[in-house]
Amino acid sequence: MSANYASNHQTPLLQVKNLQTGFKIDGDYFNAVEGVSFNIQRKQIVGVVGESGCGKSVMSLSIMQLLPAGIGKIRGGEIEFEGEAISKLSDKKMNNIRGKDISMIFQEPMTSLNPVFTIGYQIQEVILNHEKISKKEARNRSISLLKSVGIPRADKIVDEYPHQLSGGMRQRVMIAMAIACQPKLLIADEPTTALDVTVQAQILELLKSIQEANDMSIILITHDLGVVAEICDEVLVMYAGKIVERANVEELFNNPKHPYTDLLMKAIPKMDEDVEKLATIDGLVPSITNMPQVGCRFSNRCPKAMPECMTITPQLGEVAAGHEAACLLYDSSWPSGEKRQKEREGASAV
Amino acid sequence: MTTRDFIQERIDSLQNRDVLLEVQNLKTYYPVTGGFFKRVVGNVKAVDDVSFSVRKGETLGLVGESGCGKSTTGRTILRLLKPTDGKILFEGKDITKISGSRLQKARRDFQMVFQDPYASLNPMQMVGDIVAEPILNYEKRSRKELEPEIKKLLTRVGLPEEAYYKYAHEFSGGQRQRIGIARALALNPKLIVADEPVSALDVSVQSQVLNLLKELQIEFDLTYLFIAHDLSVVKHMSDRIGVMYLGNLVELASNRDLYREPLHPYTQALISAIPEPNTAIKKERIVLKGDVPSPQNPPTGCPFHTRCPMAMEVCSKDKPLLTEVRPGHHVACHLY
Repeated sequence: MSANYASNHQTPLLQVKNLQTGFKIDGDYFNAVEGVSFNIQRKQIVGVVGESGCGKSVMSLSIMQLLPAGIGKIRGGEIEFEGEAISKLSDKKMNNIRGKDISMIFQEPMTSLNPVFTIGYQIQEVILNHEKISKKEARNRSISLLKSVGIPRADKIVDEYPHQLSGGMRQRVMIAMAIACQPKLLIADEPTTALDVTVQAQILELLKSIQEANDMSIILITHDLGVVAEICDEVLVMYAGKIVERANVEELFNNPKHPYTDLLMKAIPKMDEDVEKLATIDGLVPSITNMPQVGCRFSNRCPKAMPECMTITPQLGEVAAGHEAACLLYDSSWPSGEKRQKEREGASAV
Repeated sequence: MTTRDFIQERIDSLQNRDVLLEVQNLKTYYPVTGGFFKRVVGNVKAVDDVSFSVRKGETLGLVGESGCGKSTTGRTILRLLKPTDGKILFEGKDITKISGSRLQKARRDFQMVFQDPYASLNPMQMVGDIVAEPILNYEKRSRKELEPEIKKLLTRVGLPEEAYYKYAHEFSGGQRQRIGIARALALNPKLIVADEPVSALDVSVQSQVLNLLKELQIEFDLTYLFIAHDLSVVKHMSDRIGVMYLGNLVELASNRDLYREPLHPYTQALISAIPEPNTAIKKERIVLKGDVPSPQNPPTGCPFHTRCPMAMEVCSKDKPLLTEVRPGHHVACHLY
């Protein structure tokens, strides 16, 4: 499979190639993720940002093959984990990967823990599913896992039920469960959104230290640009099912290229700035059943839109070293690109 | 005029205005019942001795983590909850104990914008009726008569006139929040309590609603009590900010003083915990240990001493009172 690569180490941990995931609505499929491609390298923390409905969660569920059965479906593209195609694996084979090589934590730690089983039981279940060890060993391992995620009185908590813990503690339990088999990739879907800021700070710190200790990669899905700036190495910005920009974190924050990313950053109030009026993005994300088939999906809300934006679909292309954006303004194959924009700005200034 | 001049001018002009709302030693306890006869076995001290005042035209922000009592404070001020003790003065009049028709009459002047724009609008009512309802409550006028007025209000909050005939489910979250704002404005109130008005919205929509609230404040000379957990949103909206922890107001200062020089260790931790969307800022982070204690059984002395990195012996014994340590900067901490 990975014959094309000189050695295993050069293969990215995860490769997503032209992924298309659709949902069945009234008998027809509509794509919530439309042609998304990216790589996750080993030991990398990649942030995926975007507003609700941009497809970021659907993308992560596609990687895990946890899409709602009968409604959601991967309709095209390929997902490769360590060079091996996983998007068409059977449920049984996928079960060997889920929780062992790739694991996931969710936003709401209360609903993702089972209220009728003890915390210890739920962690042991993960371990016993993937490893041939005794229950006693599994129990001891759960206690040391709980300790490693900073839970006090771990030997007591192991026999308690989820409702006896606070939100931050429950999220720590989720993390303990997710790292139980030392996965190579952790997908964290809005892991701190339901938590208070001081607790969020604790959890982010914990994720970062676990990532370093276990040499793990993390895909961090969030709507919060602050969280991204805090712990990510690389960022993907998604809008309406597509990646509109990709860059390393410093580059993205210092030099946002896509008008959507730029506006998104200006729309958040910042602690170190006094602004009277925040930037806004007019209009709404087009609904999944009513996506424009050609042209840029942001064009109806974009203040820099040109007539061509409605008819030509922009491709993700390099705009600076290691920095890609899908916008005609920067597309050199399109002569009206950056130059045209400068002319337009010049003209409107006169 | 730069933003800074604008803010300075606003601070100066607010100094000379009358106090609209004064809260003195407010306490709101929720009874905890237990046992066979459902006897009261304890109290959740949701708001425990909070005092502040708000001037006309000013925005006072209340910030704190979940369970700190900020929403209970807002609801008690509107008399949606019964205060256990203390006083609420609205335009100098005591509204703490009034009830019945006197309370209804007083409520005309204070309205609320709720957090969840999905739950706070009646799905069976036309938007026009939702917005007209507060007026019909107080004035003997027909819906027909009110229609042009309501449509004008809807356009003012950025909705199309046709919204009048639609139902709440036909709108997005941001638009629904606009409907909620229009309803709060219908009676031309003096005070609006906005309880987490943007926390359910996406960032791009959040900024639209925040801008709208700011414009409306100047246009209608509104006074806001702005409650939120997001310190950067509160800072953007407020002239002064009160920080709450476990039912107590631990710090109260002007927007700028609070950010530049937070005095209470909890405020310092809270500010340092906010992830900034800027990779150039590398903050010295104060990571607090543990969780907020239960308000049913708050710690003795300073409510924060169990998590405070600077706790001293006295902190576990005596409860510090909110005192003015710099002009306009109040803090409840034994360090000062």
